[in-house]
Amino acid sequence: MQGESLVVRDLEVRATSVDGEERTLVEQINFSLQPGEVMALIGESGSGKTTIALAMLGYARRGCRIAAGSVRLGESEVLSLNAARTRALRGDRIAYVAQSAAAAFNPSRPLMEQVIEAALIHGTMDRGSARQRALALFRELALPDPEHIGERYPHQVSGGQLQRLMAAMALLTDPALIIFDEPTTALDVTTQVEVLNAFKRAVRERGTTAIYVSHDLAVVAQMADQVLVLNAGRIMEQGTIDKVLERPEHDYTRSLLAAARPQRRRPPTSSSGEELLHIDNLQVGYGAKDSDGTPADVVLDNISLRLDRGGALGIIGESGSGKSTLANAVAGLVAPSRGAVQFARRELSPTLRGRTPEQFRRIQMVFQSADNSLNPSHTVRRLLSRPLQTYFKRDRAARNRRVEELMALVRLSPELLDCRPGELSGGQKQRVNLARALAAEPDLLLCDEVTSALDTVVGAAILELLDELRHELGVAYLFISHDISTIRALCDDVMVLHQGQCVEAGRCDAVLEQPRHPYTRKLIGSVPELRPGWLESCQAETSRESVMDDSVQ
Amino acid sequence: MRHTLAVLVLSRLASSLVTLFLVSLVIFAITALLPGDTAQQILGQFATPEQVAALRVQLGLDHPALIRYWHWLSGFVTGDLGQSASNGVPVAQLLAARLPNSLILAAVTTAISVPLALVMGMVAAMRRGGTTDRVLNLVTLSMVALPEFLVATLAVLLFAVKLGWLPALSYVANVESFTDFLKIYTMPVLTLCFVLVAQMARMTRAALIDQLDSAYVEMARLKGVPPMRRVLRHALPNAVGPIANAVALSLSYLIGGVIIVETIFNYPGIAGLMVDAVSNRDLALVQACAMLFCGAYLLLVMLADLCAILSNPRLRNR
Repeated sequence: MQGESLVVRDLEVRATSVDGEERTLVEQINFSLQPGEVMALIGESGSGKTTIALAMLGYARRGCRIAAGSVRLGESEVLSLNAARTRALRGDRIAYVAQSAAAAFNPSRPLMEQVIEAALIHGTMDRGSARQRALALFRELALPDPEHIGERYPHQVSGGQLQRLMAAMALLTDPALIIFDEPTTALDVTTQVEVLNAFKRAVRERGTTAIYVSHDLAVVAQMADQVLVLNAGRIMEQGTIDKVLERPEHDYTRSLLAAARPQRRRPPTSSSGEELLHIDNLQVGYGAKDSDGTPADVVLDNISLRLDRGGALGIIGESGSGKSTLANAVAGLVAPSRGAVQFARRELSPTLRGRTPEQFRRIQMVFQSADNSLNPSHTVRRLLSRPLQTYFKRDRAARNRRVEELMALVRLSPELLDCRPGELSGGQKQRVNLARALAAEPDLLLCDEVTSALDTVVGAAILELLDELRHELGVAYLFISHDISTIRALCDDVMVLHQGQCVEAGRCDAVLEQPRHPYTRKLIGSVPELRPGWLESCQAETSRESVMDDSVQ
Repeated sequence: MRHTLAVLVLSRLASSLVTLFLVSLVIFAITALLPGDTAQQILGQFATPEQVAALRVQLGLDHPALIRYWHWLSGFVTGDLGQSASNGVPVAQLLAARLPNSLILAAVTTAISVPLALVMGMVAAMRRGGTTDRVLNLVTLSMVALPEFLVATLAVLLFAVKLGWLPALSYVANVESFTDFLKIYTMPVLTLCFVLVAQMARMTRAALIDQLDSAYVEMARLKGVPPMRRVLRHALPNAVGPIANAVALSLSYLIGGVIIVETIFNYPGIAGLMVDAVSNRDLALVQACAMLFCGAYLLLVMLADLCAILSNPRLRNR
């Protein structure tokens, strides 16, 4: 099946809340696509991009309904079909690729069953030919062991592979329209490049019309012809990808573009020279230890670093590289099997039990998800008073004064003090999370992916705040991230972790501008750039590199 | 995979045996602590102290508790459950007379209540928020709220007294035809179903809704999978764990907890036997019954765990 044209007119989706009140999620959505065109829906969380994407399938989530409008695919009006006709359309002419493949595959059924299910239900293929076609797609999408991967269960396959299996599931019936809903957001950058490549080739070769939902402009630049910028359920701007990137008309688009690549606000500071944290030949692992004390599963090995008072050291690596384990070892949550951690020139006890209250106070941790680390039933005031009481034994009046100072420090209005975390936005919650750590007046903050769960604009503001606080308070950061641009914007030094080993470390500008280790180069080279055509050039480069690798061997 | 499964079943069995052993300790301790004296109870108020002492020796009550425990346990393991103190009949014989009745009642109730509860739970989950769901919710809630003695008494009043369709008492020995069977079992089974179905249906609904809200069911929907298949092929296999556990907990009630139903319908089951044994201070019988209930419970829970593990490829292929 060739791609078909898609025309959307005056689409409106409304949601009913628990108390029966109706509100509009998206409205006045108009766009049209030629057969084979790819359009990106871009916006932050809550902008309605997934809602619009799902409406293309005639579907609205629980509590929502498509209130008005028309979605016309080729000759058929999607929104006016009855339930059976809509089902016949889904998974046949319109296919959906979900955000988290790990969650979107049924954990208790083999992958092949799920990949060919739609074709069998719609009766477009018999089991044998569906399997043949699935195998061909597995090969085309460069899945390892294509003959047998379908017999596995979802938990036995990696995230990137699952995402490609999901693309195979979508492509199996040769749909006229594919909806990609943030399909690479949950992936590591190096995996993301491979998956993007596979998607792009598959869609272009078939001439399928596609909608690509993303919050990442750089990813969108690689995939789309057209862009629709959304904010709060309305279209802000719409046009070809080149036009939107080169000459954005709307302020909101410009702020998105600015936040996409946070810039360094001041030059890296030189070291204060006073050593704060010193790690020597650290090894951390899990499982039974053998005779010389090496654990069965070594997560981190041979790690040595030094962080000076007021410095900022970025730890970068992909999932499973051991970067969070490093923060946990410094915090005392996991005991190293070898090596020493020195804090302010004194040996830190490997476990929490051996640490002094003063050491607890001076090392504070800020977790990735403020949602999970702030007690939802406490008010902000109580959350911030707690550390003051624990560490400083201040009386109520002094505590209240200090709590207000802390709110000012993280640029929050004191009016929010009596709110509970549920009433705050994501960015506000992360600020409270930060204020709670700062309440202890620490010398070292362990920041574990503190901006990863936030929208780009909000994350950029948190980064800016962290940078200011560092210069105001002289607190040092061990800043853990998978995102090179945040490290570049904040840190003086950087350490690159790969499979538990440090592959490269040094001054941030030196390492990130002139990476020496091949893995660092790959990591940096995998971060999408804000220009169309980057994916192709990056692909050309990797294939050239692999040719060079082959000739060396 | 077969090997890991065997290991799994064996380790579950072993841990069940350990639990059963601990329970035997508790049961023995409790029965030993029961107020009153067995020998006194058997001989009545007017027995002389010599007679009581002689009977105590005969029953082995003069030995220290640990020795008595050992005798009891070793007898138990070899299949000798001891003699009933009140009428001198071997405990095994008493149990053998009553156990089949209890098992039949449990089996019939299970065969009716489990499918009924699953269907009710599934329908409610599929029609969540709709009229059907609300009606089912109301019905199951009132079923839970109604005490079973009330249900049983009302059933007797309606079917036996007013309509005269069914006998008020269950004469199990008289079952000769299927009609007899229906007449005798309808009311006890109905009453028990009232208690059990509600619990299981509500748990089934909750477990299924959990799965129906998941991303993979939404994905199935967006592949055009029809509603029935979404529930049966996608959601249900992932809800088997919690549902099996709820079913096991409910069914374990059928062995020991049916005392009210047995009493009202005069049904000759195990629960009634145990209650009589407690009031007669018939220690051997109490202990045997308690071990039986506990064993049945452990067996059901183990089966539920195995169901949960077998239905989950993550645990199955570990």
